[in-house]
Amino acid sequence: MLGRLTWAAIPFDQPLPLYAMGVVLLVILAVLAIVTVRGWWPYLWREWLTSVDHKRIGVMYVALGLVMLLRGYSDAIMMRSQQAIAVGSAQGYLPPDHYDQIFSAHGTIMIFLVAMPLVIGLMNFAVPLQLGVRDVAFPVMNSISFWLTAAGALLINVSLVIGNFARTGWMAYPPLSELAFSPDVGVDYYLWSLQISGVGTLMTGINFVTTILKLRCPGMTYMRMPVFCWTALAASMLIVAAFPVLTATFAMLLLDRYLGMHFFTNDAGGNQMMYVNLFWAWGHPEVYILILPCFGVFSEVAATFSGKGLFSYRSMVWATLGICVLSFMVWLHHFFTMGAGANVNAFFGIMSAIIAVPTGAKVFNWLFTLFRGRIVFRTPVLFLIGFMVTFVIGGLTGVLLAVPPVDFVLHNSTFLVAHFHNVIIGGVVFGALAGYNYWFPKAFGFTLHDGWGKASFWCWLIGFYLAFMPLYVLGLMGMTRRLEHIPDASWQPLLLVAEVGALVIFLGILCQIIQLYASIRTRAARRDLTGDPWNGRTLEWSTPSPPPAYNFAVLPRVETIDAFAEIKRRGVAAAPEPAYEPIEMPRNSPTGFILSFFAVVLGFAAIWHIWWIVILCALAMAVTVMAFGWSDFRHHEISPGEIARLERARLAGLPS
Amino acid sequence: MTLTAATDFVAAESARGRGGGGPAPTRIVVAYGFWIFLLSDFVLFSGLFAAYAVLRHETAGGPTGAELFNLRNVFIETMCLLLSSYTCGLGALSAERRRPERFFVFAALTFVLGAAFLAIEAREFAGMVGKGAGPGRSAFLSSFFTLVGTHGVHVTGGLVFLAYMVAQVLVKGLRPPVLRRLLCFSLFWHALDIIWVGVFTLVYLIGDFH
Amino acid sequence: MDGDNRVVDDRTPGVEEYEPTASYLSYTAGLGLAILTTIVSFVVSQTNLLWPPGIPVGLVVLAFAKIGVHLVFFLHLGSGPDHTNNIVALAFGVLIVFLVIAGSIWIIANLNANMIDMIH
Repeated sequence: MLGRLTWAAIPFDQPLPLYAMGVVLLVILAVLAIVTVRGWWPYLWREWLTSVDHKRIGVMYVALGLVMLLRGYSDAIMMRSQQAIAVGSAQGYLPPDHYDQIFSAHGTIMIFLVAMPLVIGLMNFAVPLQLGVRDVAFPVMNSISFWLTAAGALLINVSLVIGNFARTGWMAYPPLSELAFSPDVGVDYYLWSLQISGVGTLMTGINFVTTILKLRCPGMTYMRMPVFCWTALAASMLIVAAFPVLTATFAMLLLDRYLGMHFFTNDAGGNQMMYVNLFWAWGHPEVYILILPCFGVFSEVAATFSGKGLFSYRSMVWATLGICVLSFMVWLHHFFTMGAGANVNAFFGIMSAIIAVPTGAKVFNWLFTLFRGRIVFRTPVLFLIGFMVTFVIGGLTGVLLAVPPVDFVLHNSTFLVAHFHNVIIGGVVFGALAGYNYWFPKAFGFTLHDGWGKASFWCWLIGFYLAFMPLYVLGLMGMTRRLEHIPDASWQPLLLVAEVGALVIFLGILCQIIQLYASIRTRAARRDLTGDPWNGRTLEWSTPSPPPAYNFAVLPRVETIDAFAEIKRRGVAAAPEPAYEPIEMPRNSPTGFILSFFAVVLGFAAIWHIWWIVILCALAMAVTVMAFGWSDFRHHEISPGEIARLERARLAGLPS
Repeated sequence: MTLTAATDFVAAESARGRGGGGPAPTRIVVAYGFWIFLLSDFVLFSGLFAAYAVLRHETAGGPTGAELFNLRNVFIETMCLLLSSYTCGLGALSAERRRPERFFVFAALTFVLGAAFLAIEAREFAGMVGKGAGPGRSAFLSSFFTLVGTHGVHVTGGLVFLAYMVAQVLVKGLRPPVLRRLLCFSLFWHALDIIWVGVFTLVYLIGDFH
Repeated sequence: MDGDNRVVDDRTPGVEEYEPTASYLSYTAGLGLAILTTIVSFVVSQTNLLWPPGIPVGLVVLAFAKIGVHLVFFLHLGSGPDHTNNIVALAFGVLIVFLVIAGSIWIIANLNANMIDMIH
């Protein structure tokens, strides 16, 4: 009846995760109680849960990413603390079984459920506004994407209390991840949550390729698109091209585990190296899926806050597209040591060095954009400068690792761990936080507190260097990654420094929370009435903050790059009330929420082999999709009179 | 509308969706989005093809492709799918020309041919499992069943999609939203045939030859 | 990519009139060509018409020809509106498919060749 699920699945003997989860459950229950008592459910349902507005969905993505950052960070600090104390005869406080789950969950969550939602959230929020249009190509599909990602996040967190998580590392290499060596549900949690959220990500990719190529306001030719849109296009193309490979690879591992097939097993001709190969054929493009939109954010920030156009826009575009294609030709550098011959290793080593060239070109573009600019040192600019320095260091250690003989020495050492944290924190996290500070006033109508933002930046920056520079050294000293116990006492001092660094990063997160709280408290004083708090250059700043549901009462007509800067330069006065035309907007739809509800239950039931629930949920999902596919009236019309009323109300609120 | 305004309008219209004149019409957006989805599906299959290409000699002492495949059946399967692609195209054409009765005939033919393909494939699979050559026998057979089976699952999905579209046409007639969905269906069905070209060439013909 | 000024055959949303993108004739021609290439494929694989070591290559070439027939006659690539974007997307997809398949075969063949032989 309930498959493999019994009371034994709940780890009553391990107090730590149980207490943690008890607290989380209490918090969730408290939130639900407050929402119920205050009667907020109708509002939540109408305005958020069923919303297909790209701005709302973007906000929910970023919120999901920030919440999951807390989970991923607590895994990180637990690992750091274990390594700092479990030296020599000391055994630390985490048993190996638990420690292995923590480092697997940390990697999985940080990549799939922190970095991806943050980046996709910024894309969702900004791209349609920058393109001067009213929504993405497929608004309901967009909502489905978000809710499936959230479903994956929920499923991973369920593994804390019911059953366990994978102990395989975040790549889940076979044969360790095969049934013979991981017979419990850990790997199944990993696979099902990533399959579900992966489908959501793929749909985002399809949606944004179509949006950017087919929906742009009049006059917005390719070479007039803001760079962030270009990078979002490149990232979306990579999603469309890379995520299906991951889906296929995970499907094969699932078939091995569920139907006794032999893709990656030790026996019957299976080949583990094929998993590694296919995993990284997705994995390397994934790196650029994360970083390219962040490059886009930094390009916008550099141009806006130095008060001039981006240096060499064209080279930026071509560098982005070059990276997009090249990123599919370097994947073997993740497994140089697996035993390919010199010709294969040399080819991929050279390609990896080549891909650094367009990235380097971009760094110079940002530098020359700032050069002789009137730089306004707001929080996003600090993140930009911190990023440039940090990312160059991370990039250079990456080029080092791309040299196969060097990689043979450093593979799987903490040098590698330091390298990829260097580019992911220094690039993706800094980029996402810059974007968060940059677009927050657009989303909510008031700016974030700059002082707390700067404090958070400094904590992140200093914390990062303290936490990861020691790992470079430790890697050169021979320390491998994922050690639950430190055999060499001479490593301990540096591990203690790294522990301090992780704590300083926590201060950075704390400052962000305070920043958000303080900004909300003082929002009346920090209202953004003009809609253009930074003297922006692209179209999103021509809308009020927050923009109305339809974004633009009249679609803008673009004649140059940096369209809004040009409009301001020409001093075009706000037109007297134009003749509004009716606007068709997509209706709210609960499709995404319902689908992902069934997806969570389906995933959970499949993990525990409860087949009758799996079948019921699959049918329910099919019916949901068909019900949505049946409806012809997915839009509602906003009449010109209504638009005029809304616009007048807005203008009345402006300072004259 | 003055003459210049009219020319402007035409110019703007002709550039829609190409950067010049604003968002593309719904039909173009939907077809393009679906096309991108199909490309992602091709990439998914490329992972399965790669696995098959790498594992096809790993028979672990079990039967090889040459011992298991029946090219006569594969030829019939291929013809079924090819003819169904043809009838699907004619069905789409009839729908575009607002000829529902013809559309129903071609849809029925497409459905029957697709179902025949699935029946032959199911019989082949059952025969192999019966001979002890199921997907758990060897890495070669795992990759064979997964690649060919995933295509079969897609065909099954296509048949459900087709039945659903026939129901939509019956209830709602050939309205623009229904026509857009039909366009997606026919793109999907043709794409399945393209993947089958890869399957029968790489799996059956080259596999049988070696 | 933007220099395209042909008159478009689609209308504004809501008043979409469908102009047939193809004819019965083009579908029938496509069917004929596809059947022809299919039969040639099967014949080539079963006979020695081609130099035997060249047969796999010949089959792959025929498969590409057949896919081309499908794309042109059934999917009408190249005749529909906005075909540039469709073809660019297709080219990107083909590149990725090629990289994943050819790259995997190359890499795994290399790894297998360098493996210390334990079983075989």
